[in-house]
Amino acid sequence: MEGRSGLVGRLAAIGLVAATMIGAIAFLSIESDRGILLLLLAISIGAFAAGRVGILRPLLQRALGHRATIGVSAWISTLVLCGVFREDHFSLFLIGRVILITLACLGLHLEFGAAGVVNFASAAFFGVGGYTAAVLSAHTRIPHLLVLVAGGVASALIGSLLLLPLLRTRGHYAALITIAFGLLFRTFVEVNDSLGGPQGLKLGGLQILRFQFNDELAVGPLHASFYFNYVLLASALLALAFVLVQRLEASWLGLALDAIRLDEIGAATFGFEIARWKILAFTLGNFLIGVAGALSAFMVGFLAPNNFTFPESLTLVSIVLLGGIGNPWGLALAAFLVVLLPEKLQILQEYRYLLYATLVILILRFRPSGLIPRPMRRYFGQPA
Amino acid sequence: MNIGLLGQYVMNGVMLGMMYALVAVGFSLFFGVLDVIQFSHGDVVTGGAFAGLAVYLAFSRAVESPILLVMLTLVGAAASMALLGVAIARGLVLPLRSAPALNTLLLTLMAGTVLRESIRLFFPNGSQPQRFPPLLGAGAIGLGSFTLRVDNLLLLASGGLLIGGLHLFITRSRLGLAIRAVAQDEETARTSGIPFRSVVLLTFAIGSALAAFAGVMHGLYYNEINFAMGLLLGVIGFSAAVLGGLGNVYGAILGGFLFAGLQTIGAVALPLASAYKDVFAFAVVILLMAWRPTGLIGERASERV
Repeated sequence: MEGRSGLVGRLAAIGLVAATMIGAIAFLSIESDRGILLLLLAISIGAFAAGRVGILRPLLQRALGHRATIGVSAWISTLVLCGVFREDHFSLFLIGRVILITLACLGLHLEFGAAGVVNFASAAFFGVGGYTAAVLSAHTRIPHLLVLVAGGVASALIGSLLLLPLLRTRGHYAALITIAFGLLFRTFVEVNDSLGGPQGLKLGGLQILRFQFNDELAVGPLHASFYFNYVLLASALLALAFVLVQRLEASWLGLALDAIRLDEIGAATFGFEIARWKILAFTLGNFLIGVAGALSAFMVGFLAPNNFTFPESLTLVSIVLLGGIGNPWGLALAAFLVVLLPEKLQILQEYRYLLYATLVILILRFRPSGLIPRPMRRYFGQPA
Repeated sequence: MNIGLLGQYVMNGVMLGMMYALVAVGFSLFFGVLDVIQFSHGDVVTGGAFAGLAVYLAFSRAVESPILLVMLTLVGAAASMALLGVAIARGLVLPLRSAPALNTLLLTLMAGTVLRESIRLFFPNGSQPQRFPPLLGAGAIGLGSFTLRVDNLLLLASGGLLIGGLHLFITRSRLGLAIRAVAQDEETARTSGIPFRSVVLLTFAIGSALAAFAGVMHGLYYNEINFAMGLLLGVIGFSAAVLGGLGNVYGAILGGFLFAGLQTIGAVALPLASAYKDVFAFAVVILLMAWRPTGLIGERASERV
């Protein structure tokens, strides 16, 4: 089956990832607002030109056929990216943040993109993970790797409290439930004094076995910022989650989720048990969001109610939507843009929610399938 | 608990109920004609309050008479929000009629965010709470240990008048008949020559104007408004509408007062600290949705395939 076209696809995949990485390096190393704007202009002109000539779309389609190649080369590029910025605290922190947000959005993608379960409280679930990590690491001696898992489990458990109302309702009503939960969570951590109230909580560094994550990494003459450790762990987790989600989507489980998203009644008449699949997607999704939240709390070292507001949830939703609902690769790209753009363009910082919201409105009105649309499901190596 | 304190709580509950009812009616009207939830409705409430404040600030020097000033504030707020409602319906809701419901939901949520952020960023000093002027004076009637504020009475009376007027409009006028017809069956209404688009736009204008009134009322009652207040009011208004059964205007009014009652009970009777009253209110919303997914009065819904 592996012929010339397979090789071309692989090369296309590697080429696209490498190009993205070079773009990312340029993006992170440019300091001035004008430089960033010029870079963005150059990238959009390049993409537009490639689209006009008609090579972007077939290239993308070919590349998307080789998930393993994309995955491995994306991971290697992340490592290269970390290597390039190994001594730069801020850039590494941003890379770590992008990775963790992507991880959380992957969870949201399972709920939204795969099963069609709405969740407008993703920031709250992220917060549940974070607060769990903070409380467990401060008051118990549970190993930190387990604390990360506990963050995910807590988030999934609290999410399961919402399951009953979510399963009984749909559409707008279900959305209201998650919105109400998001507001409830934020108010709760703000008025609860044992969780730090409005001032928030501080966390110590992550420690796995004897290894302190907050120590500078030094191998021979090479030094690296302590964020390097977090980025490594986060990218490993993301890779794991990515493989999990991709395998899940490719399997019959993914097919069932697709069926109930596209037509609940139709799926039910074919014997799919709607509730079971929704529970699976919602719980697994919240687990991923919670783990991301827990690791993020360790990396940032600080938690405050203001990080888990409703607009933050909407930001995560915008990322999922911008990436093209149902396409995890687009997700990483969208997370990169949405997290980094306001950090690098200081003028945008204040206007970011306005910008995201406007962007999502425009996309929904004029390009409802997102930046990189969901590819068609393919069976048994059947060509694109 | 003495009578005076109880009176204050009841009064507070009734005021809140009136505000929630006005917001909930909008949700119900929109759902009736288009079967969509306009999630930016709460931010339209905020928009109304800020528009009212802007009109007040623009005219407070030039206009002497307080009654005229109140009128100008109200009319300015209502008219601008009615226009905004029409714009939202035309630009965002109507074009997406054939798209999945999720898209409409996201679109209106994001429209609300745009509105909220625009107020925060572009209203002078908009990220801080704004003082709302006591337009109706500060008179009060003392009844034993209970003081009744005159402006509150006026607000209640005008809110009641508005709701009564809406009732008459919907049941007695030709336009109201058209709205009811469209809500009942769009296709039959169209074939009977009712201009569907205009009726929908009119409904959005009315609902949004009511929201603007609720916003100004909120400002007058608390003497303060902020850019994020609509988020809470929107969620509560929607819950109230759901509580009373979506599409049913009277249910929405009932739901509004019911919700205010719940909140007051949450603040007074629960052993928790009153800081938790919003946590309580949201928990109740979630529980109610679990118990009655389509509201207390409930639309009879069966799935058509």
